[in-house]
This record gives sequence, structure tokens and C-alpha cells, in this order.
Amino acid sequence: MNAASVTTTLAKFGRFTLFLGRLVAGVPSTLRRPRLLLEQVHMTGALSLVIVMLSGLFVGMVLGLQGYDLLRRFGSTESLGTAAALGLLRELGPVITALLFAGRAGTAITSEIGLMLATDQLAAMDMMAVDPVRRICVPRFLGGVVSMPLLAAIFATIGIFGAQVVGVAMMGVDSGQFWSQMRGAVELRDITEGVVKSLAFGIACSAIAVFEGYHALPTAEGVGRATTRTVVNSSVAILAIDYMLTAVLL
Amino acid sequence: MRSEDCVARFDDVGYTVGGRQVLSGLDFAIERGRVTALMGPSGTGKTTLLKLLTGQIQPTAGRVTVIGQDLAMLDRRGLYALRRRMGMLFQNGALLTDLDVYENVAFPLREHTDLPEPVVARIVLMKLESVGLRGAARLLPAELSGGMARRVALARAVVMDPEILIYDEPFAGLDPIALGMVLKLIRDLNQALGITSIVVSHDVHVIERLADRLVLLSGGRIAAAGTPAALAADPDPVVRQFMSGSAEGPVPFHYPAVDVATDMLGTD
Repeated sequence: MNAASVTTTLAKFGRFTLFLGRLVAGVPSTLRRPRLLLEQVHMTGALSLVIVMLSGLFVGMVLGLQGYDLLRRFGSTESLGTAAALGLLRELGPVITALLFAGRAGTAITSEIGLMLATDQLAAMDMMAVDPVRRICVPRFLGGVVSMPLLAAIFATIGIFGAQVVGVAMMGVDSGQFWSQMRGAVELRDITEGVVKSLAFGIACSAIAVFEGYHALPTAEGVGRATTRTVVNSSVAILAIDYMLTAVLL
Repeated sequence: MRSEDCVARFDDVGYTVGGRQVLSGLDFAIERGRVTALMGPSGTGKTTLLKLLTGQIQPTAGRVTVIGQDLAMLDRRGLYALRRRMGMLFQNGALLTDLDVYENVAFPLREHTDLPEPVVARIVLMKLESVGLRGAARLLPAELSGGMARRVALARAVVMDPEILIYDEPFAGLDPIALGMVLKLIRDLNQALGITSIVVSHDVHVIERLADRLVLLSGGRIAAAGTPAALAADPDPVVRQFMSGSAEGPVPFHYPAVDVATDMLGTD
């Protein structure tokens, strides 16, 4: 990496930060129009439900199998519930939901805004004295921020159910111990950690998706590249933020 | 021209980007209540001029004044307040694709006013009626033809009753019937509502029928300005070439290049 590309990256990061500031500044005006926000919670959240629930089920089932195999070696299979719940609530729930969100909702946001840019819809709005950042970008950003913790919670819940199906129904772990150990070990701060993480991922993923769409080159290729950048940048951001938050919150 | 007759004024305006001078020495005024056409060969700076006029970019020299306000002095709020008094028709209509025709026309009203729904409905249907598309109110933009989309965009552009209406290539890609309809609408809006119209177009023959005044740009400067009849009789070679649509003339067919022998044979 040479000096020019470092400068370009830093400049882009600076533009992103300023754009994030504009998004946050626009939040109060969106809150005054709850219909706009609800539409976006539906688009980003409700329409991502199927993929999130299916993934949650399978991740939970894999956790059930792997966890059972690992715990069996130490003779403590009854801790399977605790292991699955902690893993899902603190780590896998927020992270995998965020990665799925970037692929499902993030790409949809970027390509939609990019195409609106390419077809002069944003310029037309600007000419009608309607700020496209406030009218288009902020509701999508806020919709993502609201949806992400809800999706992560659903992911974790279904995941625990999946682990229970495998552990209790298939592997024969005692159902009472599965649940009672989990209830004894999981604390409020474990849930808080998951909520904080998924909020942070929601802010990062939604802001990246909106930023890339709004700054896409207004051509077919430009919108395609912007959509790719959304997935790549969001994924890296999710994993980097995850490490930082884990280090702080543990 | 008296200042109250003038809706927009360019005072020695220039625009330079990346070391390239796109526009220079523009000095003209746009008369209230008239149809002014901005014409010129492609790449001559017409779109840049529109962006200057609407405050999307700021000139690097000179001053642009619209409805008595210096655009360089306005912040975003001031610019938006001014833009509420202007309407713009984009080349492809630029309708919001997720809203139907009715909601597209209602969009500026919903964003800028708190009018009750029956009033919004009445205004929107009236504007749609004036462009002949009241019956298409519930269609989506994807279901409209090019000409219809442009008429819907026109209804949207006038829904806030602007003082100035800007048309960017309103006739491009239209069949003769749709073109005739759009032409009639522009003229009617200008005459019935007294809206000042600024039309950017290449289409010399249509513009001759429509405009009160032509401004011909060439190479980032004003080549000529006057009534259509005056420009048709102008002896200037650039004006003659453009008005007659000739391939031969001072505006070159070839993009600047090195000598053909150098390129083809690799020799000096």
C-alpha cells in the first residue's frame, strides 16, 4: 500500500464519518415521521426474518452437536444449554445476524439508493427542496439500527431451540438440566453484551450500506461495485468491532 | 431589461473544474413570463449552466442571481426556500419508482405542507387532469411510456405552483405525438400560469416554434442570443451550422487527435 492509497482510504473514512454525522443529525426529523421508519423496519427487518430464523436454527443445531461432543469429553453434557445460550447471546447471534443483514438488507439498501442516484431521483428530490439524505438515507439507516437487535434476539432464541432439539431430543441430554443450568448461568450482562454488539453492528452496517449507495458512481457498474463494497466493508467492520467490544465488555 | 422583468441573471459567470474551463464570460438575463431556450452542441456546458442556475454548483467566477437572490450567499435552507419557487423537469422524468403516479405528484405537497388529504387529492387530480393523465393516477412509473412519464413529471414540477420551470431536454426520445403533447403543455403552462420557462434542448425546429428567446452556447461561451428569427438570420458560421444542423462548419466533426499518419502508420 503506497502513500496515495493510504491518503485515499483516510479521506474516504473522513467522508464516511461526516456522512454518519449527517445521518445522526437527521434522526429527530425521521422520528417525527414514524411511518417512514416503520416502512424501513419492515423492509430491512421483517423481510430478513426467514433467512435469520433458518440460519439461527441450523447454527443452533450445529452448536448442539459440537457442544455435546466437546462436553462429553469432560463428562459435563448437562452444561450444553449454558454453552449454547452464552455462545449465541454474546457472540454468534449478533455476529452472524449482522453478516446476514449485510448480505440481505445492506445490499438491497445500497443498490436501491445507487439506482435512485443513477436515475436522477435523488437529484429530483433535491430540486424539490427535499433533502435526499433526510428523506431517503436516514429512514433506511434508522430502520437498520432498530431491526438489528431484534433480529439478533430472534436468531439467538431460535438457535437455543435448535441446540435443545439436537441436545435433548437427539443426544439424550436431560431436559431439566439443560434449561436449569442455562437459567442459573446466564446473567443480565450476557444479554446486554449481545444487545450492545448488535446495536453497534446495526449502526455500522446500515451506515455503510447507505453511504456506499449514496456515493456510488451513477452507472450500472458503479452500483454493482458499491453493492460489493457494502458486503466487504460491512463484514470487516463487524468482525473488527466485535473484537473491540468483546475486549471492552468481557 | 428592468430588474423586475428579469427572473434570473448571469453576471460574467465562469466555471472551471479540474483546470478545465467549462463556461466563461456568461452574461445574460432571463425574462419573466417568457420561454427562454438554451441551446448548443453536446458537451458545450448546458447541463453545467443548469446546475449553476439551480445552485447545485457554484460559479468559479461571476455571480448568478435568481429571483433577486445571489445564489452564492444562500445556505442550504435558503437554497431550499428558493427551490420551492422553482420546478424542474428532468430528461427521463426522474419519477420516484416506488410511488405510483398520484403519490409522485403529491410528493412535494406532502413534504412541504400539512394540507388535509381531500385538498391534496383535489390539487393532485387537477394537475394530472391538466396533463391528461388523471386516469393513470394509480399506475406505477414502470407502467408508463416515456411521454407519459414526462407528463407526470411535469404535473409534479408544477404542483407547488412555481415561478420558474426548467426543462432539461424535454423532447429527447419522444415520438412525434408525445412531442407535440409536451410542446403544447409547455406553451399552455407558460401562457396560462405565466410561469417563466427555461428549456434546454438541441431540437432547433421544435424550439423555433416554442421559445421567445434563444441563447446559443458554443465552447462554453454565448455564441448568440436573440429571437428565433434573429438567430435564423445570423451570419455567424457557428450559429448557421447549429441552426441548419450541418456536419460541415466551425464545430469540428473530429475530436482533437494527433495527426492521422502518426496514429495509423506510427510515423512522425
